[in-house]
Amino acid sequence: MEQVMATIKLSALYPEIVLTVFALLILMLQAFNSLRYKEYYGYLTLVGVLAAIGFVVSQPAGFDMRVVEYTFSNMWVVDNYSRFFKLIFLLGTGLTILISMKYLEHEEIQYGEYFALVLFATVGMMIMASGAELITIFLGLEVMSVSLYVLAGYTRTRLESNEAALKYYVLGSFAAGFLLYGIALIYGSTGSTEIKSIAKFVATSGLRSPTMIMGMALLVIGFGFKAALVPFHMWTPDVYEGAPAPITAFMSAGPKAAAFAAFVRIFMEALPSLQVEWTALIWIIAALTMTVGNVIALVQDNIKRMLAYSSIAHAGYVMVAFLAAGELGIPSIMYYMLTYTFMNIGAFAIITVLGGRGEQRVRIQDYKGLGYSNPYAAVAMSLFLFSLAGIPPTGGFMGKFYIFSAAIKEGFIGLAIIGVINSVVSVYYYLRVTIAMYMEGTSAAAGAEGQLAFSPAIILAIFISAYGVLSLGLFPATYVAIAKLSHLAL
Amino acid sequence: MMNFSNFPILSVITYMPLLGILVICCIDSKRHDLIRWVAFIAGVVTFFVSLPLYFLFDATTWQMQFVEDIPWISQFGIRYHMGIDGISVLLVLLTTFLSALAILSTWTAVTEGVKGYMISLLFLEVGMLGVFCALDFILFYVFWEVMLIPMYFIIGIWGGPRRIYAAVKFFIYTMSGSVLMLVAILVLWYKFYEVTGVFTFDILTFYNLGLPSNIQLWLFLAFFLAFAIKVPMFPFHTWLPDAHVEAPTAGSVILAGVLLKMGTYGFLRFSLPIFPQATMDAIPYVFVLSVIGIIYGALVSLAQDDIKKLVAYSSVSHLGYCMLGMFALNPEGVKGSIIQMINHGLSTGALFLIVGMLYERRHTRLISDYGGVLKVMPIFAAFFLLVCFASMGVPGLNGFIGELLILIGAFKASVGFGMLATVGLILGAVYLLWMYKRVMYGEITKEENRLLKDMNGREYAYLVPIIVFIVWIGVYPRPFLDKMDVSVQHLLQVVNQQGAKQADARAVEGMNSNTANRNTELFAADQRL
Repeated sequence: MEQVMATIKLSALYPEIVLTVFALLILMLQAFNSLRYKEYYGYLTLVGVLAAIGFVVSQPAGFDMRVVEYTFSNMWVVDNYSRFFKLIFLLGTGLTILISMKYLEHEEIQYGEYFALVLFATVGMMIMASGAELITIFLGLEVMSVSLYVLAGYTRTRLESNEAALKYYVLGSFAAGFLLYGIALIYGSTGSTEIKSIAKFVATSGLRSPTMIMGMALLVIGFGFKAALVPFHMWTPDVYEGAPAPITAFMSAGPKAAAFAAFVRIFMEALPSLQVEWTALIWIIAALTMTVGNVIALVQDNIKRMLAYSSIAHAGYVMVAFLAAGELGIPSIMYYMLTYTFMNIGAFAIITVLGGRGEQRVRIQDYKGLGYSNPYAAVAMSLFLFSLAGIPPTGGFMGKFYIFSAAIKEGFIGLAIIGVINSVVSVYYYLRVTIAMYMEGTSAAAGAEGQLAFSPAIILAIFISAYGVLSLGLFPATYVAIAKLSHLAL
Repeated sequence: MMNFSNFPILSVITYMPLLGILVICCIDSKRHDLIRWVAFIAGVVTFFVSLPLYFLFDATTWQMQFVEDIPWISQFGIRYHMGIDGISVLLVLLTTFLSALAILSTWTAVTEGVKGYMISLLFLEVGMLGVFCALDFILFYVFWEVMLIPMYFIIGIWGGPRRIYAAVKFFIYTMSGSVLMLVAILVLWYKFYEVTGVFTFDILTFYNLGLPSNIQLWLFLAFFLAFAIKVPMFPFHTWLPDAHVEAPTAGSVILAGVLLKMGTYGFLRFSLPIFPQATMDAIPYVFVLSVIGIIYGALVSLAQDDIKKLVAYSSVSHLGYCMLGMFALNPEGVKGSIIQMINHGLSTGALFLIVGMLYERRHTRLISDYGGVLKVMPIFAAFFLLVCFASMGVPGLNGFIGELLILIGAFKASVGFGMLATVGLILGAVYLLWMYKRVMYGEITKEENRLLKDMNGREYAYLVPIIVFIVWIGVYPRPFLDKMDVSVQHLLQVVNQQGAKQADARAVEGMNSNTANRNTELFAADQRL
């Protein structure tokens, strides 16, 4: 091992620093109760997110899209890959905050900690995307996870929320153990935790030791848990159902993307020479994840639970892209996660509003007659659902097109066929919601009171999501170009 | 003549209904009449904007015309490529024509949610026009899928008692066919890239690809499934009776008149020229399925006691003729097939409109609830009879021209299948006339039927234009057939050249005698063997 001079370039960390500062500031303000209006916490968080977006775009090398900068002794990397993912996280965070403010007020749990935790979780995700070293990635994962454990149980008085937090925490810690064990095994076989050194070592030595393979398999389990891949998905439905709706929205987008970001970076950059070994494994996981997620979603009555299973299925599609890798595969993951962020958070924004106090109305039949009682919300919901189902002209279609074109280009035709058949299956349960909204009578179901108002913030969130879904579907060229530039420098 | 070469007329036509949607969105949803008028005007304007296509269309070339071609998603080689030739020009006109009339037909039939209904109809028109104009696979696929959404809502919200079942079935059936087509498109795209190093989804580029026959077979099957479901060919037709019966009148008109043609059009535009070898191999199977469809559809129609269901099953039979003529792969058959698509759109569209008129008056579609209607609605009776005649192919009306050409083509290709198809013709006369007799003739058995009013002005307005074309095509089809002549010749040339070349290369099975196409080139190929 050559000794490297510790290079420190602080500007590579500006976005993370900004978010941390804002999070601490909010904590302090909350501790001394110094903000007269509680909405200000939300606005302050949004300012922090916007500032971080500014830094992600402009640091460390201005708007140059091709920069790849390693710093902190190769533990930290800022490249377009990480920047693209960070923008997805920040987008998800921003939309979540917009949805949350009214919800928290309504549930009477509007405290600064909530926003601070969301920001900390975001910082964790960003560390995962930029980490160029296994321990750094692990630290990011833990920062993110611990914040999410708390957030999942944030509605203290609801039993489901407590259950979600506990379940997530216990199972999450268990999975983190697997991940750490995997890292240890890889370190044991290669003598390094740096992605670059591992890659070099494996490539030159042609190492195929059982410990190495074992380590790789444990990494798959660890990340598979965070990304909710079958068979490590068991926690997802309960946690998604129990967590506060805005947090479910948050969890389904950002943390999932973060898990994929780190997963892809490690496997593509550190372990590409083990591709033969992981292809068979991932093939089965991808096929299972798509199928199990979609089939179980068919029989769900709770819309949050249904979207939980749908999010498992979507992780399966992303795994198809993961398998395809290459110059189409990796950008397609980014494109898909961006689309998914828009469409899923959009759908959850509407679920949040309609859920009412204590989220009493989250069954599909509670959506009966929505098309008549609130046509705009119903149209937006339909748009998001059709996008999730992958019907053009929405981003969901283009995302699937991108993924399946990558799969076919790399010769995974069988998997592509399983994927498209799965998207037909998924149509059925997405349609069930539109059936309830439009086709089962015009009278809104009883108990419409307690519904949240469509506050300007939530309308803005829905509007941004709808715009994202449509522009990703109709004019994808720019997004594709950016995603393509962010391709990992392998 | 003005130079239209740079004017994006196809895009203007395709997106014209969107303009109507925008205006409707701004209108208060309680002002039903205003919304109806705006939608109707949007439909009529679209039709009149599309008329110049007919007059400016150059029938002496098979090249695409009114072409627009700009990059859309250049990273994949996806382009916004629109254009029409002799095969699609009439279908575009049929779409704009029927859409305007369909909107007019819903004036009193739909009284709730008029705003959403009109938006759906106009949105549907955008999708259908896009399908017929698109020359890029992905663009085509986008339009092809887009039109599922409005049709799903039209059936599911404004349909009959079993509307939800029918709507979901329609959606899932169509989509399961088309996703496999998407995979096939991607495989095609990648195969082309492998050979040439160029990413493209341009449909015309794939015409001269000469794919190996085993790949052709699989891709052909994937496309076949998508289009056969849409047509629908026997055994993939089960969604159609449900969708037709449950859909409101305008929905049925569009469904029968235009949507089904997207399937047959797909065969002409994609399956035949891109997979010529597989097409040749598939001829006997398609013939069998078509003839089963013709006879089965007719027999099932015979057994219906619901008029709308009868008309729906008759579509299975009529589309069987289209498929038979197309796969005869000779000029008569293909031209007959295309003109039959138009005919079926006109006459079955008219039949659905007529059923709609009866339904609006009596709110029942059972044949047994009628009888003796002739006495109270004489003018209606005359129109009804004329449309029935058109549908069963009486000489002097449009159906005759199409069926005659198809049968000539079929007989040329295979005498046996031609004769079987003729049986369907007889059955067609039986079920239509029998239904007509039970509904219109005899004594009035139900008291409610005594007070039925004859057709009103609005009903004349949407039925007469269709009748005009029914008679026109029947008496003087030349202006319509002329438009497609050169394109059809070119299409057959592409199919036969490619097919012959590859058959020659394989030099084994050759052509089975029952599938042999008595085309000179093929004949030459046989001789050489």
